[in-house]
Amino acid sequence: MKIITKFWLGMAVLILLSPLGLILPERFKAGSAWGEWGVDEMKKLVGYIPQGLEKLSSLWNAPIPDYAFKGWEEKGLAGLSFAYIVSAVIGILVTALVIFLIGKFLVKED
Amino acid sequence: MHIPDGYLGPATSGVMYAVMLPVWAIASKVVKKTLKAKQVPLLAIGAAFSFVIMMFNVPIPGGTTGHAVGGVLVAILLGPWAACIAITVALVIQALLFGDGGITAIGANCFNMAFVLPFIGYYIYKAISYNASIGSNRRVIAAGIAGYIAINIAAGLTGFEFGIQPLLHKTASGQALYCPYGLNVALPAMLGEHLLVFGWVEAVVTALVVKYLQKQSPELLEEGRRGI
Repeated sequence: MKIITKFWLGMAVLILLSPLGLILPERFKAGSAWGEWGVDEMKKLVGYIPQGLEKLSSLWNAPIPDYAFKGWEEKGLAGLSFAYIVSAVIGILVTALVIFLIGKFLVKED
Repeated sequence: MHIPDGYLGPATSGVMYAVMLPVWAIASKVVKKTLKAKQVPLLAIGAAFSFVIMMFNVPIPGGTTGHAVGGVLVAILLGPWAACIAITVALVIQALLFGDGGITAIGANCFNMAFVLPFIGYYIYKAISYNASIGSNRRVIAAGIAGYIAINIAAGLTGFEFGIQPLLHKTASGQALYCPYGLNVALPAMLGEHLLVFGWVEAVVTALVVKYLQKQSPELLEEGRRGI
């Protein structure tokens, strides 16, 4: 088997395992990454929401915020895990596609 | 390590974009000159790997989470300039599609994770594995050390960027406008968690893949083959 094929198989395994990145922090009661708190969390931490932060934090509405589907908040860890896997697939496909496009523009033929 | 929108003031965000623009320009030039068409699939895999490895949030029980970046590995395989492009693409897609890292902070996040991290890692790996045979254990150790040091320097820089905000931007009443934590909090927080936990994740991931490649595809580890 070619190494590139093995890499993509490895990627598939990583995609399937990706919900661990969601489940383990939940299981061990770990909160947000340092410096990546939402505005509500920020208010709890320092007692106020910094004005500039409040303004800028809603600057961009990502289509799949935090690798989760909007309106699926009630579906629990299983639903979140599913959304996480779908996000990983979408993210990897778009990332690879962009690199192939860049490659087409940048790289000379052998 | 993905700085969200609102944590950095316009001065820092602007400077970081200004620093990254020429870096991206040079990276494109170098990659155009040196990357071969048949290496593009590997670059795509490198970018995809970096994207997905960052989704593996590792918890510090009762505390925060963090993750590896995988950038040192990409730099070892394809060179630091190609790694810069690969990680930039992963970070931009994380920001645009998934809101992971801010739009205004793309310059800063790319500076930390797509520029400093692969370059530091690449040169540490090169220095430690100098003259070592492709199958030597020194390469595995070099990869681990490079991953550990590079992600910690990136984390330290992120902490620094967070930490200077209260110095730069304050309201008349003394409230912070952006990140409210100064250097005395942000720097030890970002550095500490990466020195203790997340740095080891980057080290293990980088070393294990290099070890795997020594057996499965040693030609990928050969210097000069890629010419970057």
